[in-house]
Amino acid sequence: MKPRTIIEKIWDKHLIHQEEGKPDLLYIDLHLIHEVTSPQAFEGLRIHGRKVRRPDLTFATVDHNIPTTPSRVSKDPISIKQMSTLEKNCQENGIELMDIGHPNQGIVHIIGPELGLTQPGKTIVCGDSHTSTHGAFGAMAFGIGTSEVEHVLATQTLWQRKPKTMQIKVNGKLGRGVRAKDLILAIIGKFGFSVGTGYIVEYTGEAIRSLTMEERMTVCNMSIEAGARAGLISPDETTVAYLKGRKFVDNDRFDELASEWLSLATDEGATYDKTIEIDAASIEPQVTWGTNPSMCLPISATLPHPDAQYNVEEKESIEKALTYMGLEPGMPIADIKVDYVFIGSCTNARLSDLQEAASIVKGKKVKEGVRALIVPGSQLVKLQAEELGLDKIFMEAGFEWRQSGCSMCLAMNDDVVPAGKRCASTSNRNFEGRQGNGSRTHLVSPAMAAAAAINGHFVDIRELETVHH
Amino acid sequence: MEPFKKHRGLVCPLDRRNVDTDQIIPKQFLKRIERQGFGECLFYHWRFDDEGNKKQDFVLNKEKYKGASILIAGENFGCGSSREHAPWALGDYGFKVIIAPSFADIFYNNCQKNGLLLIKLDEDNVKLLMQKAQQESFYLDVDLVNQVVVSDGLSIPFDIDAYQKKMLLEGLDEIAVTLKLEDEIRAYEQTR
Repeated sequence: MKPRTIIEKIWDKHLIHQEEGKPDLLYIDLHLIHEVTSPQAFEGLRIHGRKVRRPDLTFATVDHNIPTTPSRVSKDPISIKQMSTLEKNCQENGIELMDIGHPNQGIVHIIGPELGLTQPGKTIVCGDSHTSTHGAFGAMAFGIGTSEVEHVLATQTLWQRKPKTMQIKVNGKLGRGVRAKDLILAIIGKFGFSVGTGYIVEYTGEAIRSLTMEERMTVCNMSIEAGARAGLISPDETTVAYLKGRKFVDNDRFDELASEWLSLATDEGATYDKTIEIDAASIEPQVTWGTNPSMCLPISATLPHPDAQYNVEEKESIEKALTYMGLEPGMPIADIKVDYVFIGSCTNARLSDLQEAASIVKGKKVKEGVRALIVPGSQLVKLQAEELGLDKIFMEAGFEWRQSGCSMCLAMNDDVVPAGKRCASTSNRNFEGRQGNGSRTHLVSPAMAAAAAINGHFVDIRELETVHH
Repeated sequence: MEPFKKHRGLVCPLDRRNVDTDQIIPKQFLKRIERQGFGECLFYHWRFDDEGNKKQDFVLNKEKYKGASILIAGENFGCGSSREHAPWALGDYGFKVIIAPSFADIFYNNCQKNGLLLIKLDEDNVKLLMQKAQQESFYLDVDLVNQVVVSDGLSIPFDIDAYQKKMLLEGLDEIAVTLKLEDEIRAYEQTR
């Protein structure tokens, strides 16, 4: 048999119907839903008198617009209505909802993996572009719009054209203090914001193999920031070890499952439509300086001069981004002062992210004038962090310790960066106004964000004694 | 979904690259549970200042582009979030066609499901049409059947996936199409 990539293996296994001139009809194993992109889909079902085909393969949570304050009380009537609509839709259709107050509530891309719903070889969709996160397990996971949410609810299938495949190979090892976040930012910085458009990406290479599952999730999460709807990593022993004992894994037949999962890995000799490579050792801690994630530089760099080395369009976009961000050409990245620090989001709000930040914060104080928030990705992450005493480390340093949710990543709730203020953020998008109208976002790793909170400006964490490999 | 065959409309030039869905429709408008009424929120922070007054220098607010139904923009249009509120807002505002050198994948699919025609043209043709729309009241005839955009003395063919073309031309309800394959879906489920 011809050697196949994991992408082809999953595709072939989920193919229901194939017809000349049409996309393929694929079966969907897991459908995750949340309050923002689902109400119109349920309404569509009602209008046509259709039912949810597989409520048992559908799981819901609230994350995008819920308050992360201790009381969890929203004052916004439109938000409240959106959340109660999800509750009603789940009740009427027999869908399990991890609502506020549920011990498993959290950001949809954090709870899928931690509950073991996310498994190798599955097709996973959600009305959210960061669904690519689940690809870390060797699942084919991608974001869909509300019409497709409705389609999956009604049929448990999707029509898909087979995308092209791309290998992103990361050779060598990451240096001390260089994190998964730096790796994915460096990839986007080097190859551009739309390099993956039209492709499904598989990340391979020594540096990828050495990552923990939580680090792999950070990498796959931002595939969409490279333009790819899905990015995945072939399962290995790290994947298997992570899943053992998780709530939704059939632990009675775990060994059988494990060998099935491992057999999904890309075959020796399989080919991709395109391969790009990057050397892990060349990567430094990264900081984005502009208004899309590819506008990113190493911490040791200075801001670009929109001069002769760029073409007219590049020059314009650099000028525009610097103006929006309130920055001067040639300024050292390390001199950029921050007003806000946000550690959270589906990119970087897992336990290891909080541990990484806590190791830098411990025994220190947040710089005067800086407001710093820690928003755990799920109630389970919050609980585990509290058991380790991380909440105390953060609160003693002057951080706010919050309930789980998407929070300041997209500022749909009250966690907003005010206009003109600058935020070091562990989230995934630095678009204009993303964290609040007029807000200025710099994307960084949790360690870099924590160090910025303590110092009031960006610092090279490799210079800190507490930073380990 | 309304079928799409032909459309003649005024072209509005949005000379920006990497227009993300956060700009097309900012997050504060995503809390609604309806599909309609998003047109007033389209490009909100580019169109309105903090007091809600129209920014006169933004292209959509200029008198000469009032009633435009064809938008022309730079590469990687619609990148970012999967929010279908973006095509809902564009459609509700009155746009029927968007022309750009490239589109983000999820946004492309979302537009398709809402009867918006997205046309990929090469950089040179986009630049040419952009300049014409910047200079004068510029109307284009878009013909999906023959896959061509036409204006005085100008005729530019475009490519589109045959299945997507059929869906648009017939305004098909995709769920109804899929439900006809119920037997195959059930048979597949029984093998697992």
